[in-house]
Amino acid sequence: MTDMDPTVLEVETAPEYVEANRWRRLGEMIVLYVLSIGGAVAISGLLVAITGNSWIQMFKALLDGAFLAPGRWGDTLVIAAPMLLVALGMVVGVKAGFFNIGQEGQLLMGALAMAWVGTKLAGPGPLLLVLGLAMAFAAGGGYAGLAAIMRFRRGVPEVISTLLLVFIALQIVGYAVTTDWLLRDLDATGPSRAISSAALGEDTRLPVIRIFGNEFNIGILIGVILALIVAFALTRTVWGFRIRLLGHNPNVAQKIGVSATRTGSLALFLSGGFAGLAGAVMLTGGSSGFRLTTGFSQNIGWQGLLVALLAASRPLVAMPMAVLFAALRTGSGFLAATGVDRKIVDVVQALLLLALLVPPAIQFIRDRKKARARAAREA
Amino acid sequence: MGGVFDAIVNIFGSGTMYESAVRLGAFLAFAALGELVAEKAGTINISVEGSLLAGAFTGTVAYHYTGSTGLALLAGIAGGLVISWIQANMSHRLTADQFVVGLTANVLVAGIAGYFNGILDPVAKRAAFVQIPVLSSIPLIGPALFGQTWPTYLLYPLIPLTWWLLFRTRWGLEVRSVGENPQAADVSGIDVNKRRRQSIYYGGILAGLGGAFLVVGQVGSFDTGAVGGRGFIAIAAVYFGGWTLTGTLLGSLVFGFADAFRLALPVLGYSVNAQFLAAFPYVLTLLVMVAITKQMRQPAALSQPFIRGLR
Repeated sequence: MTDMDPTVLEVETAPEYVEANRWRRLGEMIVLYVLSIGGAVAISGLLVAITGNSWIQMFKALLDGAFLAPGRWGDTLVIAAPMLLVALGMVVGVKAGFFNIGQEGQLLMGALAMAWVGTKLAGPGPLLLVLGLAMAFAAGGGYAGLAAIMRFRRGVPEVISTLLLVFIALQIVGYAVTTDWLLRDLDATGPSRAISSAALGEDTRLPVIRIFGNEFNIGILIGVILALIVAFALTRTVWGFRIRLLGHNPNVAQKIGVSATRTGSLALFLSGGFAGLAGAVMLTGGSSGFRLTTGFSQNIGWQGLLVALLAASRPLVAMPMAVLFAALRTGSGFLAATGVDRKIVDVVQALLLLALLVPPAIQFIRDRKKARARAAREA
Repeated sequence: MGGVFDAIVNIFGSGTMYESAVRLGAFLAFAALGELVAEKAGTINISVEGSLLAGAFTGTVAYHYTGSTGLALLAGIAGGLVISWIQANMSHRLTADQFVVGLTANVLVAGIAGYFNGILDPVAKRAAFVQIPVLSSIPLIGPALFGQTWPTYLLYPLIPLTWWLLFRTRWGLEVRSVGENPQAADVSGIDVNKRRRQSIYYGGILAGLGGAFLVVGQVGSFDTGAVGGRGFIAIAAVYFGGWTLTGTLLGSLVFGFADAFRLALPVLGYSVNAQFLAAFPYVLTLLVMVAITKQMRQPAALSQPFIRGLR
């Protein structure tokens, strides 16, 4: 590599070469994406077909359930909101080079904080709502912060610690909603009193928007605004630069004076905070009837994490991806009529994820092969 | 607090505790042995969770249709191998991030197993208990180590085999070198990513076997939540052992004991908070990792991808 002819570099950066190459690359990328996504859809269809069901019916039911039937796209947006928030947190973490996969637990801790503020504190509703959302952010962030402390003080990889914390969070919530002095609903007439908190008051719920026969809460607006803020902060601020630098090359970051401990802890805190906020948005948006229950998280934390992976850690791409995953979820509600088990959407999601990993990787390898061949030719 | 102390004394005096600890620990040990090899080569293979579940599911299906425990174990191996093939080739041939691939693989297995479990509804049975003569009559540890279902005994030859592969063969030396210094290994003519892929296949085979063991050697039935994050506890066991073979086995046994302890408390009539009991193995795992990780020297290139010419 070191004794490479300088003219090779000149050829590669010559304007006409780059221009011609850009369009060809774009074309190749589109072909690769179409092939791999088509492959994923085909395999899903095949799985349905070999179990004796019609895959056309399935995709039609999914589309109906997610968007076309009356009132459905509002439901899709309601579910997309927490997924998007979780994904934004994941994006911040991944950009800094940290793989927090415990969003399910951080989301629960956020919902726990919101439930406590909403049902145990007295005060004007809207104030409690705002306070609760902030506390939820802090709770989720603090829970991820535990993983940050373990990582930076004791060298425990966050991939494992955040995940183990999920199983602990599940039990913490279980304990809270079955214990009288914590969150358990004290009203003996309440539904499933034994395992749930009291419902949030009318005025501590998120405002609801109604248009074209659909209704959804403002959670999705919060998500979109925060996505724009995250996108701006990551690409246009010093703070975002530090995070990306740390993620790209920790050695360089250290030499420039970006503290891995401080920047990394902040990134992990934010990543958990967004998940905590997602939990509060779910709770105040009406999930489980505005009550915290044992099965409250409903896998939204995992799915938000997958949304971030699907979006390849780009905050703006995360928006449509969150809607896509939410659509698969609401769409699966219509599958019962077609005889297809709704778990098929889990398979579709995973296959889509795998499919989207392939094209950039193939492109990367081809680029390197070409560069090597060119270098060999010139030498 | 006195009650808890009494409970500990009583439980550790009872033979059933050791038996269930070994049974639960053996399941972890299958996965942890394979994970050890993968980590020695430089991959934190989080798809071990997926391999376990895949092995458990394919094993159950094979048992359902053939009624043979041996075929169930073989099918488990095949299931685990398929997942590790995806993990290995996506992360060490196509250069996708190993955690992203691992997580995706886990989701894929959960989806496929859930979907087909609902359709096929396979049923399995636990294999027969086999008492090994003489050895099984040693008090306390005898029945625990030598009075288990026969698939448990598959673990015992795997221990020296893994040791021999890692520390007494050229392949093992190369595997360890690509986990320590892939650049140097590359320069001396070792195909770094090939060795890493092979180490992941080995992990997949063992995890698949472990998954099938869970069904036909331990529980006797399949459930989509059967593995429930214990693949990650197996990874923790490797950390616990400081990337040594004996340490990894010890870690599996310790976490097996934690699980057995949790199950034994209510049986012996001690009332302990249900949520605390359920969280106990995970809390213990975290505490152990906090206490121990820093003292251990991990493979220097652990979780770092190798792409020739890039650092």
